[in-house]
Amino acid sequence: MSNFITASIGKKFMMSVTGLFLMMFVLVHLSLNLMLIFDDSGDLFNMAAHFMATNPAIRIMEPVLALGFIVHIIWSLIITLQNMKARPVKFAKRDQKNASSWASRNMLILGSLILVFLVVHIMNFFWKMKVSGDPLLTHVHVMQGGTEVAMENAYALVASLFKGSMCYGVLYILGSVLLGLHMTHGFWSAFQTIGFNNTVWRKRLERIATCFAVIVAVGYSIIPLYFMLKF
Amino acid sequence: MADVILKKIYVKVWRQSSPSDKGRFETYEVENVSQGSSFLEMMDILNEKLVGEGKEPIAFDHDCREGICGMCSLYINGRPHGPDTEITTCQLHMRKFSEGETITVEPWRAGAFPVIKDLIVDRDAFEKILQSGGFVSVNTGGVPDGNAIPVSYEDAEEAMDAAACIGCGACVSACKNSSAMLFVSAKVSHLAKLPQGRVEAKKRARNMVAKMDELGFGGCTNTGACEVECPKAISISNIARLNREYLLAKISE
Ligand code: HEM
Ligand code: SF4
Ligand code: FES
Repeated sequence: MSNFITASIGKKFMMSVTGLFLMMFVLVHLSLNLMLIFDDSGDLFNMAAHFMATNPAIRIMEPVLALGFIVHIIWSLIITLQNMKARPVKFAKRDQKNASSWASRNMLILGSLILVFLVVHIMNFFWKMKVSGDPLLTHVHVMQGGTEVAMENAYALVASLFKGSMCYGVLYILGSVLLGLHMTHGFWSAFQTIGFNNTVWRKRLERIATCFAVIVAVGYSIIPLYFMLKF
Repeated sequence: MADVILKKIYVKVWRQSSPSDKGRFETYEVENVSQGSSFLEMMDILNEKLVGEGKEPIAFDHDCREGICGMCSLYINGRPHGPDTEITTCQLHMRKFSEGETITVEPWRAGAFPVIKDLIVDRDAFEKILQSGGFVSVNTGGVPDGNAIPVSYEDAEEAMDAAACIGCGACVSACKNSSAMLFVSAKVSHLAKLPQGRVEAKKRARNMVAKMDELGFGGCTNTGACEVECPKAISISNIARLNREYLLAKISE
């Protein structure tokens, strides 16, 4: 396995594996978040958040997820910079619009914007729940299997952010769309990178990629939209 | 149908006298070009005019002029082999251009393909990649009977499709990363698909990828621009196969 890590395909393999892992996270995160719009009392979402915060398997995955992000981001910078260096003198006239998609050519730009969103997102929720705390998070009691369980009111934190500010709502919709665009290319590209592709699967994967991207972009956008429109 | 004559067109060409020269664009006028003539014939007309004026003709690569040798290159109006699909520059016709148009002609741009003169680049890097594994080692002796080793129709077809690569380098110039992945994947695939090539498949994938990296080509982002611009329509499914071959070769190392 010597020099696998430094080889072009080896580095790309790291992008693909972390990308596939992050996409799974994106789906799990979305399905939990959708609880926000199905129960205005907040109990459903609070129970889901409580489960995620206390389940040992999820606790273990938290640092793994952080590592996945860090590797994906660092590798994306290394790869993109090296790729840029491979053409020291640029073409004076370049017509690429019919040959490749905009998203595929601008994955780092999309990724970096997603990263900016990610930082804001972490400060909004994760940081307050895990580190700094917030008065909105004071405990609520939810009936769970016949007994009353005390848990943080994560719902109040999320709901107040979107009810209180249009700006955050718009920002979150923008973040969802950017992530969706990253997925239009990233989804099928990740399979191509690990060698899972051929002329038949190419069409299938591209179609699934479009579906996945739309689910991500629309799914995440619905949540701020729901609070902006309903309250 | 009467031939349409382009009364005047402008050709903006990259001129560079030597590898160390900084180089610059120069624009030339070409008059009375038939739309039925090929792009390279137009370049010939321009060069004759330049010679007549006592100027240095424009250096560009070409050989067979029928789309089979891979010698012609040229980045025309922002696209390798110009504004048409599945053709080489020598197969490009002037009917793709219109009266009064300015046509921008550049050499392939990639760190691994340095400019030698004007529009000619050094594609020796492809040769080096081939030398690192793009072959089947055979002992001398009697030639085995072709039918002795069965090959399925599908495998033979896929191998032939990959073998259609003429090593022109359009894929590298089409790629935003100057990646040689389509070329290498075609060369790895046409042998990987055949029993004779399987024997050295792992070594081949490892060595050719290592050589491609060493020579300064970029990595693959899977944008797919290469297969769109490839004159032989080599599919990027070959790149998936190369990834597969390479990863398996590395795991078993
Ligand atoms: C949840 C967030 C993210 C997910 C689900 C995700 C997913 C993916 C996937 C699946 C790929 C395709 C990998 C391949 O082609 O093999 C990819 C590529 C890429 N990602 Fe992300 N990504 C995310 C965030 C980011 C961030 C934050 C950055 C950078 C700051 C980034 C930068 C890139 C780049 C540059 C590529 C293309 C690399 C190349 O040139 O091939 N991504 N991403
Ligand atoms: S893969 Fe296509 S574009 Fe690349 S060198 Fe071969 S024939 Fe030319
Ligand atoms: S000159 Fe031979 S392919 Fe164009």
